[in-house]
Amino acid sequence: MGLRAYVVRRCLQLVVTFWAFFTLLFVLFRMMPGDPTSMFIMDGMTPEQREQRIAELGLNEPLHVQYIEYVRQLLTGDFGQSFIYNDPVTSIIAVRFMNTIVLMATALIFAYIIGITFGALMGWWRDSRFERGGIVVTLVARSSPEFWVGIVLLSVFVFWLGWFPSSGMRTTGGELGGGFVARYGSLDFLRHLFLPALTGAIAYLATPTLLMRSTMLDVLNADFIEIKKAEGLPERTVLYKHAARNSILPIVTVAAIATGTAMGGSVVIETVFNWPGMGREMVSAVNNNDYPLAMAAFFLMGSVVIIMNFVADLAYVYLDPRVEYE
Amino acid sequence: MSTEQPSPTDSTTTSSGERLASLRQRFEVFEGDRLGQIGLAILALFIFIGIFARPYTIEFLDFTVSTPGLAPYDPGERAVGDRLESPSAAHPLGTTDMGRDVLSQLIAGTRVTLIVGSLAAFMAVFIGTNVGLISAYFGGWVDDVLMRITDIVYGVPFLPFAIVLVAILGSSIVNIIVAIVLILWRSTARVIRAQVLSHKQRPYVESAQAIGAGHVRIMYRHILPNVLPLTFLYAAFAVAWAVIAEASLSFLGFGDPNMLSWGEMIYNVYTANAIREAWWWVFPPGICIMLFVMSVFFIGRTLEKEVNPELNHQ
Repeated sequence: MGLRAYVVRRCLQLVVTFWAFFTLLFVLFRMMPGDPTSMFIMDGMTPEQREQRIAELGLNEPLHVQYIEYVRQLLTGDFGQSFIYNDPVTSIIAVRFMNTIVLMATALIFAYIIGITFGALMGWWRDSRFERGGIVVTLVARSSPEFWVGIVLLSVFVFWLGWFPSSGMRTTGGELGGGFVARYGSLDFLRHLFLPALTGAIAYLATPTLLMRSTMLDVLNADFIEIKKAEGLPERTVLYKHAARNSILPIVTVAAIATGTAMGGSVVIETVFNWPGMGREMVSAVNNNDYPLAMAAFFLMGSVVIIMNFVADLAYVYLDPRVEYE
Repeated sequence: MSTEQPSPTDSTTTSSGERLASLRQRFEVFEGDRLGQIGLAILALFIFIGIFARPYTIEFLDFTVSTPGLAPYDPGERAVGDRLESPSAAHPLGTTDMGRDVLSQLIAGTRVTLIVGSLAAFMAVFIGTNVGLISAYFGGWVDDVLMRITDIVYGVPFLPFAIVLVAILGSSIVNIIVAIVLILWRSTARVIRAQVLSHKQRPYVESAQAIGAGHVRIMYRHILPNVLPLTFLYAAFAVAWAVIAEASLSFLGFGDPNMLSWGEMIYNVYTANAIREAWWWVFPPGICIMLFVMSVFFIGRTLEKEVNPELNHQ
């Protein structure tokens, strides 16, 4: 199969996956406890209001009509009204989504910079005490659930040392207006960002570190490294320019997939640090039976995972010409 | 398990001596591997604590045997007037805001972790191995359908899915395990499929076909034993992920209210707003989760060396 055929097939697969995900959501949220209509109906309504609301939401239609209507709404980005906030879900979630992206992107960038550097050095200094210690540290980091890392950091840096604010996104509270820089560039924001981002970084550090180390070991066994060393190039040049650069390829794929997984982790990290993101919003929406909001959050997280998996597959074939498209 | 590495010579008889030798061989991987040994020791300790957490009374004919439980108190018992007390002789790990003994809760929570870890991992790996095996062995449309399903499951974010499912089905340990299994089987399925694909081409499968062995026999008697080591490795990882998933779900408040787990203990500290002062309540369960998962990862790493020697772990 050629490259083009592979890409076409992978795109079709993306559409099918999205469709299956849509449908799963539909089924899940129609299964929510209680009378199928009760979740869209608020307390204290008169029977007439109830009827009207049910008709408004199209819940008296046959299931397949509801399904088609539901897909149409998702495709147009219309998730309905939040029960709790009484605002359109789309506008609530847009802000939260941005907050989550800023937090998780920072965490992942930290994780991959630290992980790639440490992994490369661990591979380079094979059999050293540094390597053995590094592996233990990495495994310990991987064994710690995100909420546990968060609690430890919170206890040490906030409760004990008092260096950082304990929760939220800014001291003043509430959403500020203004542009992206005003919102996410202030010192106050960065102080709030540091601990949750560090928590994510520690939680996602293990994968790039271990992967970088093992590909580094493979590359170091290759002949061209011996040749470069024999040419008399300084060790640092061989490490950075030749060995590390050739080891980085598999990391790209894994990074894309990790971005998807991090969406799940955001649920926990945001809860620990009271970060006003989508994950925390989803937990409280589920607890408050605010189904439209919960569904929109779930839908967005799933979409990120699906798209990042897609990007990972494409990046893989474009970056490595040796890959066979199966 | 003597069929795990079949060679032409050990096909027919297995005496008990040979079986013992093969069992010893099983543990030889751990020789000289400090991390693996530490992992085994920690895991054994947790299993011991989990089994003997609560007192047992066994009645057999006229005998009644009672073993004392390791937990000094009933985890739900309230010691009046001992609210949020720091560690003392009576309560080695202090008490909760309800005056309950933290150490007893910790010991009782071991059992939940063991149950979730072992059951979820077993079921996930069982499904994953079968899907991978069937998919690779039959190929064609069977492979297409099963692998597209696997791809779709890969598109579902783990924790949000588990939260929604547990909200729908109710917070019970069974539903938590179901939610975990529904996602966790995917990685085993992919890996086993790749492995079986390479085994399918080998001469031993062809010769089995030549003498007229059926599909089921070839799949489960001939190919499966060769991929079992990989299955064990993924079972170890599955235990780790299942325990982390259960802890995270419980921490978010979706745990089984009738079975106190370590994650739920931390959730309780949070909802009691006691995280700032009650270090004796929040740290022990967190450390236990970390140690448990760590022990499983250490064991997994050792198994990995045997499964994939060229990984060059040394």
